Amino acid sequence: MKARCPECDAEVKIPDDVIIGEIVSCPDCGQELEIVEITNGSVKVKVAEVEGEDWGE
Amino acid sequence: MTEPQLGLIYDRVRLEEKAIMRAARKRGLRINSIDAKKICLDLTTKDSREFGHVVIQRCVSYFRGLHLAFVLKEMDIPTINSFDTSQICGDKLFATLAFIKEKIPTPRTFLAFTPEEAIKAAENLGYPSVLKPVVGSWGRLIAPLKDRESAEAILEHREQLSSPIFHIYYVQEMVTRPPRDIRAVVVGEEVVAAMHRHAASNDWRTNLARGGKAVRLEITPEFEELALKAAKAVGGGVLGVDMMEGPDGLLVHEVNSTVEFKGLSHVTDVDIAGKIVEYAIGLVKK
Repeated sequence: MKARCPECDAEVKIPDDVIIGEIVSCPDCGQELEIVEITNGSVKVKVAEVEGEDWGE
Repeated sequence: MTEPQLGLIYDRVRLEEKAIMRAARKRGLRINSIDAKKICLDLTTKDSREFGHVVIQRCVSYFRGLHLAFVLKEMDIPTINSFDTSQICGDKLFATLAFIKEKIPTPRTFLAFTPEEAIKAAENLGYPSVLKPVVGSWGRLIAPLKDRESAEAILEHREQLSSPIFHIYYVQEMVTRPPRDIRAVVVGEEVVAAMHRHAASNDWRTNLARGGKAVRLEITPEFEELALKAAKAVGGGVLGVDMMEGPDGLLVHEVNSTVEFKGLSHVTDVDIAGKIVEYAIGLVKK
């Protein structure tokens, strides 16, 4: 599967076994992208959340 | 009862969440993976079906996970970790008091609500001491107070931060220790794996998120007993107990409620995810 980076418009290859919530990186600009939707072999991504003050273990 | 169904709630899919999904599937269990960011829950209907019979709550956001844990508690669904355990572990002050109550050795700690009183805490403890946010992780914003001047500067910066959580001043003794600490993963009544976390050469903190290095560590009765005691003190569950090797023996400084084991998985053969899944199934109400 493929998606377009919302930041730099580069093509991002997405592994077939990807699941919603998983993070992929744009190979061109390095932006972290989150998988938000998978339907019939197409996938939607958005810019991933940035680390919050309460993130961690 | 029908076959137990496991719920996994996450907001980021990391190695740990994938490993838990794999471990459940390997055991032929039904696992419902739920992205917390997609949850839109009508609280009045208390429809708990999607969560299953037991939930492994793995949100990377503490407040998200804590609020979910409370919802699950009200729905009477066993949750790893429970609301109470999550709450105690999520705030360093609550955890410190839990350790003190159970006579678990822990660094001497002061609480203050203003920079003026926080300075008094640092003076009482002596320099260097450590200022830690009560909520937060991965070593974020943990600052050594090396002398009065730097302490005042750090506290002045803290005061400028808008979140009220940063205006709770938790000041702790700087324990003289080797540049490493011990992380033990507790699952229920058992320490399943442990590691040394060595601080990176350019940082004093041992957190792997700060470049610390995981080093294989065999479980010894000395820290095993202390780790189990600390886990029990915070209410038990699946926990990462952090211990320091101080001049007078081991001290517990923190217990993590959404334990990460990516680093540890590189230095141990133990199937931590499998242990967590088996523990979860054991909690299903008959």
